[in-house]
Amino acid sequence: MKSVVIVGAGIAGIEAAAKLTKSGVKVFLVEKEKEIGGHLRQWDRLFPTQENAQKVLEDIIDGLDNRAEVLKNVTVQHVEKKGDKFEITLTNNRSLTTDAVLMATGFDTFNARRKEEYGYGIYDNVITSTELEEMFKTERVLCTNGKAPERVAFVHCVGSRDAKVGNRYCSKVCCVTAVKQASEVKQLYPEAEVYNFYMDLRMFDRKFEDMYHEAQTSCGVQFVRGRLSEAAETKDGRLQIKAEDTLLGKPLKLTVDMLVLMTGMEPCSSGVALAKKLKIEQGSDRFFNGQNAYNLRNFTSTQGLFLAGTCTGPKTIPETLADARAAAAEVLSYLTK
Amino acid sequence: MSSKFGYTKLDSGTVNLDNANFDVAKKVAQQERSFTYCIACGSCTATCSAGNFTEYNLRKIQLMVRRGEVEPLRETITRCMLCGKCQMVCPKGVSTRNVVLQISKLLKQPVAKEQLTDKLHPTDDRKI
Ligand SMILES: Cc1cc2nc3c(=O)[nH]c(=O)nc-3n(C[C@H](O)[C@H](O)[C@H](O)COP(=O)(O)OP(=O)(O)OC[C@H]3O[C@@H](n4cnc5c(N)ncnc54)[C@H](O)[C@@H]3O)c2cc1C
Ligand code: SF4
Ligand code: SF4
Ligand code: SF4
Repeated sequence: MKSVVIVGAGIAGIEAAAKLTKSGVKVFLVEKEKEIGGHLRQWDRLFPTQENAQKVLEDIIDGLDNRAEVLKNVTVQHVEKKGDKFEITLTNNRSLTTDAVLMATGFDTFNARRKEEYGYGIYDNVITSTELEEMFKTERVLCTNGKAPERVAFVHCVGSRDAKVGNRYCSKVCCVTAVKQASEVKQLYPEAEVYNFYMDLRMFDRKFEDMYHEAQTSCGVQFVRGRLSEAAETKDGRLQIKAEDTLLGKPLKLTVDMLVLMTGMEPCSSGVALAKKLKIEQGSDRFFNGQNAYNLRNFTSTQGLFLAGTCTGPKTIPETLADARAAAAEVLSYLTK
Repeated sequence: MSSKFGYTKLDSGTVNLDNANFDVAKKVAQQERSFTYCIACGSCTATCSAGNFTEYNLRKIQLMVRRGEVEPLRETITRCMLCGKCQMVCPKGVSTRNVVLQISKLLKQPVAKEQLTDKLHPTDDRKI
Protein backbone atom coordinates (compact mmCIF):
# COMPACT_ATOMS: atom_id res chain seq x y z
CA MET A 1 0.00 0.00 0.00
CA LYS A 2 1.37 3.41 -0.99
CA SER A 3 1.45 6.02 1.73
CA VAL A 4 1.56 9.78 2.11
CA VAL A 5 2.09 12.20 4.96
CA ILE A 6 -0.13 15.26 4.86
CA VAL A 7 1.25 18.07 6.98
CA GLY A 8 -1.53 20.25 8.36
CA ALA A 9 -5.12 19.22 9.01
CA GLY A 10 -6.94 22.36 7.98
CA ILE A 11 -9.63 21.92 5.36
CA ALA A 12 -6.96 21.51 2.64
CA GLY A 13 -5.26 18.62 4.43
CA ILE A 14 -8.53 17.00 5.45
CA GLU A 15 -10.07 17.21 1.99
CA ALA A 16 -6.93 15.80 0.31
CA ALA A 17 -6.80 13.01 2.94
CA ALA A 18 -10.45 12.15 2.27
CA LYS A 19 -9.87 11.85 -1.48
CA LEU A 20 -6.61 9.89 -1.18
CA THR A 21 -7.86 7.38 1.39
CA LYS A 22 -10.92 6.79 -0.75
CA SER A 23 -8.56 5.68 -3.51
CA GLY A 24 -6.79 3.27 -1.18
CA VAL A 25 -3.77 5.35 -0.21
CA LYS A 26 -2.56 5.14 3.38
CA VAL A 27 -2.65 8.68 4.83
CA PHE A 28 -0.95 10.03 7.93
CA LEU A 29 -2.59 13.38 8.65
CA VAL A 30 -0.32 15.36 10.92
CA GLU A 31 -1.71 18.32 12.89
CA LYS A 32 0.25 20.45 15.33
CA GLU A 33 -2.83 21.62 17.24
CA LYS A 34 -4.97 19.48 19.51
CA GLU A 35 -7.89 19.54 17.06
CA ILE A 36 -8.12 19.28 13.30
CA GLY A 37 -9.93 21.87 11.16
CA GLY A 38 -7.47 24.77 11.07
CA HIS A 39 -8.87 28.29 10.87
CA LEU A 40 -12.43 27.22 10.17
CA ARG A 41 -12.72 26.28 13.82
CA GLN A 42 -12.63 29.98 14.64
CA TRP A 43 -15.20 31.28 12.18
CA ASP A 44 -18.89 31.76 12.94
CA ARG A 45 -20.89 32.27 9.74
CA LEU A 46 -19.23 32.15 6.36
CA PHE A 47 -19.29 34.40 3.32
CA PRO A 48 -20.95 34.37 0.88
CA THR A 49 -24.16 32.71 2.14
CA GLN A 50 -23.92 32.87 5.96
CA GLU A 51 -23.48 29.12 6.29
CA ASN A 52 -22.51 27.95 9.77
CA ALA A 53 -18.73 27.38 9.66
CA GLN A 54 -18.82 24.51 12.15
CA LYS A 55 -21.43 22.72 10.08
CA VAL A 56 -19.34 23.11 6.91
CA LEU A 57 -16.26 21.90 8.78
CA GLU A 58 -18.13 18.86 10.14
CA ASP A 59 -19.21 17.95 6.61
CA ILE A 60 -15.63 18.16 5.37
CA ILE A 61 -14.37 16.07 8.29
CA ASP A 62 -17.15 13.52 7.69
CA GLY A 63 -15.61 12.98 4.25
CA LEU A 64 -12.64 11.40 6.01
CA ASP A 65 -14.86 8.60 7.29
CA ASN A 66 -12.13 7.64 9.80
CA ARG A 67 -9.96 6.25 7.02
CA ALA A 68 -6.90 8.43 7.66
CA GLU A 69 -4.55 8.02 10.57
CA VAL A 70 -4.90 11.39 12.28
CA LEU A 71 -1.97 12.41 14.46
CA LYS A 72 -2.76 15.44 16.61
CA ASN A 73 -0.58 17.63 18.81
CA VAL A 74 2.41 16.66 16.76
CA THR A 75 4.47 18.02 13.93
CA VAL A 76 7.34 17.03 11.69
CA GLN A 77 10.69 17.24 13.41
CA HIS A 78 12.84 15.91 10.63
CA VAL A 79 12.26 14.91 7.04
CA GLU A 80 14.61 13.60 4.42
CA LYS A 81 14.16 12.08 0.99
CA LYS A 82 16.09 8.83 0.58
CA GLY A 83 15.70 7.34 -2.87
CA ASP A 84 12.00 7.33 -3.65
CA LYS A 85 10.96 7.45 0.00
CA PHE A 86 10.51 10.20 2.55
CA GLU A 87 11.86 9.44 6.00
CA ILE A 88 10.08 11.42 8.63
CA THR A 89 10.52 11.82 12.34
CA LEU A 90 7.65 13.38 14.25
CA THR A 91 7.99 15.47 17.40
CA ASN A 92 6.67 12.51 19.41
CA ASN A 93 9.71 10.57 18.09
CA ARG A 94 7.59 8.34 15.90
CA SER A 95 9.21 7.49 12.54
CA LEU A 96 7.32 7.18 9.28
CA THR A 97 8.48 6.14 5.83
CA THR A 98 6.16 7.28 3.03
CA ASP A 99 6.07 7.57 -0.74
CA ALA A 100 4.90 11.18 -0.86
CA VAL A 101 4.50 14.30 1.26
CA LEU A 102 1.71 16.83 0.85
CA MET A 103 2.21 20.21 2.49
CA ALA A 104 -1.08 21.76 3.63
CA THR A 105 0.25 24.03 6.35
CA GLY A 106 -2.07 26.96 5.65
CA PHE A 107 -1.67 30.46 7.01
CA ASP A 108 -1.27 32.55 10.16
CA THR A 109 -3.20 35.76 10.63
CA PHE A 110 -1.07 38.89 10.76
CA ASN A 111 -0.04 39.97 14.26
CA ALA A 112 -1.90 43.28 14.63
CA ARG A 113 0.53 44.49 17.33
CA ARG A 114 2.99 45.10 14.54
CA LYS A 115 0.84 48.00 13.29
CA GLU A 116 1.32 49.99 16.46
CA GLU A 117 -0.34 53.11 15.04
CA TYR A 118 -3.71 51.32 15.11
CA GLY A 119 -3.38 50.68 18.84
CA TYR A 120 -4.01 46.94 19.02
CA GLY A 121 -2.89 45.68 22.43
CA ILE A 122 -2.53 49.30 23.56
CA TYR A 123 -6.10 50.62 23.66
CA ASP A 124 -9.25 48.80 24.70
CA ASN A 125 -11.75 47.90 22.01
CA VAL A 126 -9.28 47.61 19.16
CA ILE A 127 -9.91 44.03 18.06
CA THR A 128 -9.06 41.81 15.10
CA SER A 129 -11.47 40.27 12.61
CA THR A 130 -10.68 36.87 14.14
CA GLU A 131 -11.68 38.11 17.59
CA LEU A 132 -14.91 39.52 16.18
CA GLU A 133 -15.72 36.08 14.72
CA GLU A 134 -15.25 34.64 18.20
CA MET A 135 -17.59 37.32 19.59
CA PHE A 136 -20.20 36.45 16.96
CA LYS A 137 -19.94 32.81 18.00
CA THR A 138 -20.77 33.68 21.61
CA GLU A 139 -23.34 36.24 20.40
CA ARG A 140 -21.74 38.87 22.61
CA VAL A 141 -20.32 41.71 20.57
CA LEU A 142 -19.57 44.13 23.37
CA CYS A 143 -17.03 46.74 24.36
CA THR A 144 -14.79 46.06 27.34
CA ASN A 145 -17.16 48.11 29.54
CA GLY A 146 -19.90 45.60 28.73
CA LYS A 147 -21.88 48.03 26.58
CA ALA A 148 -22.98 47.52 23.01
CA PRO A 149 -20.92 49.62 20.60
CA GLU A 150 -22.78 52.56 19.05
CA ARG A 151 -20.20 53.18 16.40
CA VAL A 152 -17.87 50.63 14.85
CA ALA A 153 -15.17 51.07 12.20
CA PHE A 154 -13.59 48.33 10.12
CA VAL A 155 -10.07 48.85 8.81
CA HIS A 156 -9.22 46.94 5.64
CA CYS A 157 -5.72 45.80 4.66
CA VAL A 158 -4.14 45.54 8.12
CA GLY A 159 -0.83 43.82 7.50
CA SER A 160 -1.57 43.44 3.79
CA ARG A 161 -0.63 45.73 0.90
CA ASP A 162 1.79 47.33 3.30
CA ALA A 163 5.48 47.61 2.49
CA LYS A 164 6.20 48.82 6.03
CA VAL A 165 5.44 45.38 7.46
CA GLY A 166 6.95 43.56 4.48
CA ASN A 167 3.62 42.30 3.11
CA ARG A 168 2.99 43.83 -0.28
CA TYR A 169 0.37 41.33 -1.35
CA CYS A 170 -3.40 41.42 -0.97
CA SER A 171 -4.84 38.80 1.40
CA LYS A 172 -7.87 38.43 -0.81
CA VAL A 173 -10.53 37.33 1.72
CA CYS A 174 -10.53 40.28 4.12
CA CYS A 175 -12.52 42.74 1.98
CA VAL A 176 -15.45 40.38 1.70
CA THR A 177 -15.04 39.34 5.35
CA ALA A 178 -15.21 43.03 6.33
CA VAL A 179 -18.38 43.49 4.29
CA LYS A 180 -19.84 40.37 5.92
CA GLN A 181 -18.87 41.37 9.45
CA ALA A 182 -20.03 44.99 9.04
CA SER A 183 -23.43 43.73 7.86
CA GLU A 184 -23.59 41.31 10.79
CA VAL A 185 -22.89 44.12 13.27
CA LYS A 186 -25.69 46.15 11.68
CA GLN A 187 -28.04 43.18 11.90
CA LEU A 188 -27.16 42.75 15.56
CA TYR A 189 -27.37 46.48 16.35
CA PRO A 190 -29.53 48.23 13.73
CA GLU A 191 -29.04 51.56 15.49
CA ALA A 192 -25.26 51.38 15.40
CA GLU A 193 -23.24 53.34 12.86
CA VAL A 194 -20.81 51.16 10.96
CA TYR A 195 -18.01 52.41 8.71
CA ASN A 196 -15.62 50.48 6.48
CA PHE A 197 -12.34 52.13 5.55
CA TYR A 198 -10.99 50.57 2.39
CA MET A 199 -8.44 51.33 -0.32
CA ASP A 200 -10.03 49.13 -2.98
CA LEU A 201 -13.00 46.85 -2.46
CA ARG A 202 -12.13 43.45 -3.87
CA MET A 203 -15.49 41.78 -4.45
CA PHE A 204 -14.06 39.29 -6.91
CA ASP A 205 -16.18 36.21 -6.59
CA ARG A 206 -19.72 35.13 -7.23
CA LYS A 207 -22.26 36.73 -4.82
CA PHE A 208 -19.67 39.10 -3.31
CA GLU A 209 -20.96 42.16 -5.16
CA ASP A 210 -24.45 41.31 -3.91
CA MET A 211 -23.10 41.24 -0.36
CA TYR A 212 -21.61 44.70 -0.90
CA HIS A 213 -24.92 45.91 -2.30
CA GLU A 214 -26.83 44.52 0.68
CA ALA A 215 -24.31 45.99 3.12
CA GLN A 216 -24.79 49.44 1.63
CA THR A 217 -28.56 49.26 1.12
CA SER A 218 -30.48 47.12 3.61
CA CYS A 219 -27.77 47.16 6.27
CA GLY A 220 -26.76 50.81 5.90
CA VAL A 221 -23.01 50.36 6.23
CA GLN A 222 -21.00 53.47 5.28
CA PHE A 223 -18.01 52.93 3.00
CA VAL A 224 -15.14 55.41 3.12
CA ARG A 225 -12.37 55.19 0.57
CA GLY A 226 -9.28 55.96 2.57
CA ARG A 227 -6.72 54.15 4.66
CA LEU A 228 -6.40 54.98 8.36
CA SER A 229 -3.21 56.79 9.26
CA GLU A 230 -3.67 56.28 13.00
CA ALA A 231 -5.96 55.67 15.95
CA ALA A 232 -5.76 57.37 19.35
CA GLU A 233 -7.66 57.02 22.59
CA THR A 234 -9.90 59.92 23.61
CA LYS A 235 -10.26 61.18 27.20
CA ASP A 236 -13.49 59.24 27.63
CA GLY A 237 -11.85 56.01 26.47
CA ARG A 238 -13.23 55.96 22.94
CA LEU A 239 -11.11 55.75 19.82
CA GLN A 240 -10.44 58.60 17.45
CA ILE A 241 -9.36 57.58 13.99
CA LYS A 242 -7.90 59.61 11.15
CA ALA A 243 -8.09 58.96 7.45
CA GLU A 244 -8.57 60.90 4.27
CA ASP A 245 -11.91 60.60 2.57
CA THR A 246 -10.12 60.33 -0.75
CA LEU A 247 -13.30 60.62 -2.80
CA LEU A 248 -14.10 63.95 -1.12
CA GLY A 249 -10.42 64.90 -0.99
CA LYS A 250 -10.61 65.92 2.66
CA PRO A 251 -9.00 64.69 5.87
CA LEU A 252 -11.56 62.98 8.07
CA LYS A 253 -11.83 62.26 11.80
CA LEU A 254 -14.21 59.86 13.47
CA THR A 255 -14.71 58.72 17.06
CA VAL A 256 -15.77 55.11 17.47
CA ASP A 257 -16.43 52.63 20.29
CA MET A 258 -14.89 49.67 18.55
CA LEU A 259 -12.23 49.36 15.88
CA VAL A 260 -11.98 46.09 13.96
CA LEU A 261 -8.69 45.38 12.19
CA MET A 262 -8.99 43.13 9.13
CA THR A 263 -5.75 41.25 9.66
CA GLY A 264 -4.33 39.60 6.58
CA MET A 265 -2.86 36.19 5.91
CA GLU A 266 0.80 35.24 6.19
CA PRO A 267 2.19 31.80 5.40
CA CYS A 268 2.07 29.69 8.58
CA SER A 269 5.43 30.12 10.36
CA SER A 270 5.61 26.47 11.34
CA GLY A 271 4.93 25.49 7.73
CA VAL A 272 7.63 27.87 6.53
CA ALA A 273 10.19 26.30 8.88
CA LEU A 274 9.41 22.90 7.42
CA ALA A 275 9.38 24.21 3.85
CA LYS A 276 12.90 25.49 4.33
CA LYS A 277 14.06 22.01 5.38
CA LEU A 278 12.36 20.58 2.29
CA LYS A 279 13.87 23.31 0.08
CA ILE A 280 10.46 24.41 -1.11
CA GLU A 281 10.78 27.63 -3.06
CA GLN A 282 9.02 30.67 -1.58
CA GLY A 283 7.83 33.76 -3.42
CA SER A 284 8.69 37.31 -2.35
CA ASP A 285 5.44 37.11 -0.33
CA ARG A 286 6.91 34.02 1.43
CA PHE A 287 4.01 31.78 0.33
CA PHE A 288 5.19 28.56 -1.32
CA ASN A 289 5.70 28.47 -5.05
CA GLY A 290 4.53 25.54 -7.10
CA GLN A 291 6.44 24.62 -10.25
CA ASN A 292 4.48 27.35 -11.97
CA ALA A 293 1.48 29.52 -11.12
CA TYR A 294 -0.87 27.79 -13.57
CA ASN A 295 -1.15 24.08 -14.26
CA LEU A 296 1.67 22.95 -11.96
CA ARG A 297 0.70 24.82 -8.81
CA ASN A 298 0.57 21.66 -6.67
CA PHE A 299 4.02 20.39 -7.70
CA THR A 300 7.37 21.29 -6.14
CA SER A 301 10.77 20.72 -7.72
CA THR A 302 11.11 17.60 -5.51
CA GLN A 303 9.44 14.47 -6.93
CA GLY A 304 6.76 13.25 -4.56
CA LEU A 305 6.48 16.54 -2.65
CA PHE A 306 3.22 18.40 -3.25
CA LEU A 307 1.42 21.54 -2.07
CA ALA A 308 -2.24 22.26 -1.28
CA GLY A 309 -4.39 25.04 0.15
CA THR A 310 -3.45 28.44 1.49
CA CYS A 311 0.23 27.58 1.92
CA THR A 312 0.48 28.64 -1.75
CA GLY A 313 -1.35 31.94 -1.15
CA PRO A 314 -4.62 33.37 0.19
CA LYS A 315 -7.72 31.43 -0.85
CA THR A 316 -11.39 31.19 0.04
CA ILE A 317 -12.85 27.91 1.28
CA PRO A 318 -14.12 26.70 -2.13
CA GLU A 319 -10.78 27.62 -3.69
CA THR A 320 -8.90 25.78 -0.95
CA LEU A 321 -11.04 22.69 -1.37
CA ALA A 322 -10.68 22.69 -5.16
CA ASP A 323 -6.93 23.08 -4.81
CA ALA A 324 -6.78 20.22 -2.27
CA ARG A 325 -8.71 17.90 -4.56
CA ALA A 326 -6.43 18.82 -7.46
CA ALA A 327 -3.39 18.10 -5.31
CA ALA A 328 -4.87 14.75 -4.21
CA ALA A 329 -5.38 13.78 -7.86
CA GLU A 330 -1.76 14.64 -8.65
CA VAL A 331 -0.47 12.71 -5.64
CA LEU A 332 -2.55 9.73 -6.68
CA SER A 333 -1.28 9.70 -10.25
CA TYR A 334 2.27 10.04 -8.94
CA LEU A 335 1.79 7.05 -6.62
CA THR A 336 0.19 4.86 -9.28
CA LYS A 337 2.49 5.80 -12.13
CA MET B 1 -29.13 74.89 -22.41
CA SER B 2 -27.17 73.48 -19.53
CA SER B 3 -28.20 76.38 -17.27
CA LYS B 4 -31.72 75.02 -17.49
CA PHE B 5 -30.50 72.13 -15.38
CA GLY B 6 -29.00 74.38 -12.75
CA TYR B 7 -25.36 74.12 -13.74
CA THR B 8 -22.98 75.62 -16.24
CA LYS B 9 -20.38 73.76 -18.19
CA LEU B 10 -16.84 74.86 -17.47
CA ASP B 11 -14.37 73.60 -20.03
CA SER B 12 -11.46 74.55 -17.82
CA GLY B 13 -12.71 72.02 -15.26
CA THR B 14 -11.84 69.13 -17.53
CA VAL B 15 -8.57 67.31 -17.22
CA ASN B 16 -7.41 67.16 -20.80
CA LEU B 17 -4.89 64.37 -20.97
CA ASP B 18 -4.44 64.93 -24.71
CA ASN B 19 -2.70 68.25 -24.07
CA ALA B 20 -1.28 67.64 -20.65
CA ASN B 21 2.31 68.37 -19.75
CA PHE B 22 3.87 65.38 -18.03
CA ASP B 23 7.38 66.87 -17.76
CA VAL B 24 7.23 67.46 -14.02
CA ALA B 25 5.82 63.98 -13.40
CA LYS B 26 8.57 62.38 -15.47
CA LYS B 27 11.30 64.39 -13.78
CA VAL B 28 10.01 63.69 -10.27
CA ALA B 29 9.86 59.98 -11.09
CA GLN B 30 13.44 60.14 -12.34
CA GLN B 31 14.66 61.83 -9.18
CA GLU B 32 12.54 59.74 -6.83
CA ARG B 33 11.44 56.40 -8.21
CA SER B 34 9.04 55.72 -5.33
CA PHE B 35 6.86 58.58 -6.65
CA THR B 36 5.37 55.98 -8.98
CA TYR B 37 4.40 53.57 -6.17
CA CYS B 38 1.47 55.61 -4.80
CA ILE B 39 -1.92 53.88 -4.69
CA ALA B 40 -3.82 56.98 -3.55
CA CYS B 41 -4.75 55.60 -0.12
CA GLY B 42 -4.75 59.05 1.51
CA SER B 43 -2.82 58.08 4.66
CA CYS B 44 -0.33 60.88 4.02
CA THR B 45 -3.11 63.45 3.76
CA ALA B 46 -4.78 62.09 6.89
CA THR B 47 -1.71 62.55 9.04
CA CYS B 48 -0.29 65.73 7.47
CA SER B 49 -0.29 68.80 9.74
CA ALA B 50 -0.30 71.16 6.78
CA GLY B 51 -3.26 69.25 5.36
CA ASN B 52 -5.26 69.37 8.57
CA PHE B 53 -5.04 73.17 8.81
CA THR B 54 -4.87 74.34 5.21
CA GLU B 55 -6.08 73.28 1.80
CA TYR B 56 -2.97 71.17 1.32
CA ASN B 57 -3.47 67.58 0.21
CA LEU B 58 -0.38 65.53 -0.56
CA ARG B 59 -2.21 62.62 -2.17
CA LYS B 60 -3.99 65.06 -4.49
CA ILE B 61 -0.82 67.03 -5.21
CA GLN B 62 0.94 63.87 -6.38
CA LEU B 63 -2.03 62.92 -8.51
CA MET B 64 -2.21 66.39 -10.04
CA VAL B 65 1.46 66.17 -10.97
CA ARG B 66 0.78 62.81 -12.54
CA ARG B 67 -2.08 64.31 -14.56
CA GLY B 68 0.01 67.29 -15.64
CA GLU B 69 -1.99 69.77 -13.53
CA VAL B 70 1.02 71.55 -12.08
CA GLU B 71 0.14 75.25 -12.34
CA PRO B 72 -2.16 75.36 -9.29
CA LEU B 73 0.59 73.75 -7.20
CA ARG B 74 3.23 76.45 -7.32
CA GLU B 75 1.97 78.16 -4.17
CA THR B 76 0.42 75.15 -2.42
CA ILE B 77 3.55 73.03 -2.44
CA THR B 78 5.36 75.60 -0.26
CA ARG B 79 3.03 74.83 2.67
CA CYS B 80 4.79 71.57 3.44
CA MET B 81 6.93 71.77 6.59
CA LEU B 82 8.97 68.69 5.61
CA CYS B 83 8.12 67.08 8.95
CA GLY B 84 8.06 63.59 7.40
CA LYS B 85 4.92 62.27 9.10
CA CYS B 86 3.49 61.34 5.70
CA GLN B 87 6.50 59.15 5.02
CA MET B 88 5.99 57.23 8.27
CA VAL B 89 2.44 56.19 7.41
CA CYS B 90 2.75 55.51 3.68
CA PRO B 91 2.02 51.81 3.12
CA LYS B 92 3.79 51.79 -0.23
CA GLY B 93 7.05 53.20 1.05
CA VAL B 94 6.87 56.36 -1.03
CA SER B 95 9.66 58.72 -0.06
CA THR B 96 7.09 61.48 0.26
CA ARG B 97 9.40 64.17 1.64
CA ASN B 98 11.71 63.80 -1.29
CA VAL B 99 8.74 63.78 -3.66
CA VAL B 100 7.62 67.13 -2.19
CA LEU B 101 11.17 68.45 -2.39
CA GLN B 102 11.52 67.43 -6.01
CA ILE B 103 8.15 68.89 -6.97
CA SER B 104 8.93 72.22 -5.27
CA LYS B 105 12.32 72.38 -6.91
CA LEU B 106 10.80 71.79 -10.31
CA LEU B 107 8.09 74.37 -9.77
CA LYS B 108 10.50 77.10 -8.66
CA GLN B 109 11.24 78.89 -11.86
CA PRO B 110 13.31 78.93 -13.77
CA VAL B 111 14.37 75.35 -13.27
CA ALA B 112 17.98 74.83 -14.24
CA LYS B 113 18.56 71.34 -15.57
CA GLU B 114 21.75 70.87 -13.48
CA GLN B 115 19.79 71.46 -10.29
CA LEU B 116 17.77 68.36 -10.92
CA THR B 117 20.60 65.91 -11.15
CA ASP B 118 21.60 65.84 -7.48
CA LYS B 119 20.07 62.65 -6.21
CA LEU B 120 18.47 63.00 -2.81
CA HIS B 121 18.22 59.66 -1.05
CA PRO B 122 17.60 57.40 -4.03
CA THR B 123 15.26 54.77 -2.63
CA ASP B 124 15.29 51.08 -3.20
CA ASP B 125 11.82 49.72 -2.55
CA ARG B 126 13.17 46.33 -1.44
CA LYS B 127 14.89 47.82 1.59
CA ILE B 128 12.14 49.45 3.57
C1 LIG C 1 -10.89 36.34 9.21
C2 LIG C 1 -11.09 35.30 8.12
C3 LIG C 1 -12.39 34.88 7.82
C4 LIG C 1 -12.61 33.94 6.79
N1 LIG C 1 -13.89 33.63 6.46
C5 LIG C 1 -14.12 32.85 5.37
C6 LIG C 1 -15.46 32.64 4.90
O1 LIG C 1 -16.43 33.12 5.52
N2 LIG C 1 -15.63 31.92 3.74
C7 LIG C 1 -14.56 31.42 3.03
O2 LIG C 1 -14.77 30.83 1.96
N3 LIG C 1 -13.28 31.58 3.49
C8 LIG C 1 -13.05 32.28 4.63
N4 LIG C 1 -11.74 32.47 5.05
C9 LIG C 1 -10.66 31.72 4.39
C10 LIG C 1 -10.49 30.31 5.04
O3 LIG C 1 -10.24 30.47 6.41
C11 LIG C 1 -9.36 29.54 4.34
O4 LIG C 1 -9.70 29.34 2.99
C12 LIG C 1 -9.08 28.17 4.97
O5 LIG C 1 -8.93 28.24 6.36
C13 LIG C 1 -7.81 27.58 4.36
O6 LIG C 1 -7.57 26.28 4.84
P1 LIG C 1 -6.11 25.65 4.88
O7 LIG C 1 -6.28 24.22 5.23
O8 LIG C 1 -5.37 25.97 3.65
O9 LIG C 1 -5.33 26.43 6.04
P2 LIG C 1 -5.58 26.52 7.67
O10 LIG C 1 -7.02 26.70 7.97
O11 LIG C 1 -4.63 27.56 8.11
O12 LIG C 1 -5.10 25.09 8.18
C14 LIG C 1 -3.74 24.72 8.22
C15 LIG C 1 -3.53 23.68 9.30
O13 LIG C 1 -2.19 23.21 9.24
C16 LIG C 1 -1.66 23.12 10.56
N5 LIG C 1 -0.20 23.21 10.48
C17 LIG C 1 0.54 24.25 10.01
N6 LIG C 1 1.86 23.97 10.06
C18 LIG C 1 1.96 22.71 10.56
C19 LIG C 1 3.05 21.88 10.84
N7 LIG C 1 4.31 22.27 10.59
N8 LIG C 1 2.79 20.65 11.36
C20 LIG C 1 1.52 20.25 11.61
N9 LIG C 1 0.45 21.01 11.36
C21 LIG C 1 0.66 22.22 10.84
C22 LIG C 1 -2.32 24.27 11.28
O14 LIG C 1 -2.29 24.09 12.67
C23 LIG C 1 -3.73 24.24 10.69
O15 LIG C 1 -4.56 23.37 11.42
C24 LIG C 1 -11.51 33.39 6.08
C25 LIG C 1 -10.20 33.78 6.42
C26 LIG C 1 -9.98 34.74 7.41
C27 LIG C 1 -8.58 35.18 7.72
S1 SF4 D 1 -8.84 41.64 0.34
FE1 SF4 D 1 -9.29 43.80 0.65
S2 SF4 D 1 -8.78 44.13 2.84
FE2 SF4 D 1 -7.79 42.23 2.22
S3 SF4 D 1 -5.73 42.85 1.65
FE3 SF4 D 1 -6.98 42.76 -0.24
S4 SF4 D 1 -7.70 44.85 -0.53
FE4 SF4 D 1 -7.00 44.68 1.60
S1 SF4 E 1 6.34 66.35 5.27
FE1 SF4 E 1 4.96 67.91 4.41
S2 SF4 E 1 3.40 66.71 3.34
FE2 SF4 E 1 4.44 65.31 4.76
S3 SF4 E 1 3.22 65.35 6.63
FE3 SF4 E 1 4.82 66.88 6.88
S4 SF4 E 1 3.88 68.79 6.17
FE4 SF4 E 1 2.60 67.13 5.40
S1 SF4 F 1 0.37 57.44 1.89
FE1 SF4 F 1 1.68 56.78 0.16
S2 SF4 F 1 0.38 55.47 -1.11
FE2 SF4 F 1 -0.97 56.59 0.28
S3 SF4 F 1 -1.62 58.39 -0.91
FE3 SF4 F 1 0.18 59.00 0.30
S4 SF4 F 1 1.95 58.63 -1.03
FE4 SF4 F 1 0.22 57.54 -1.92
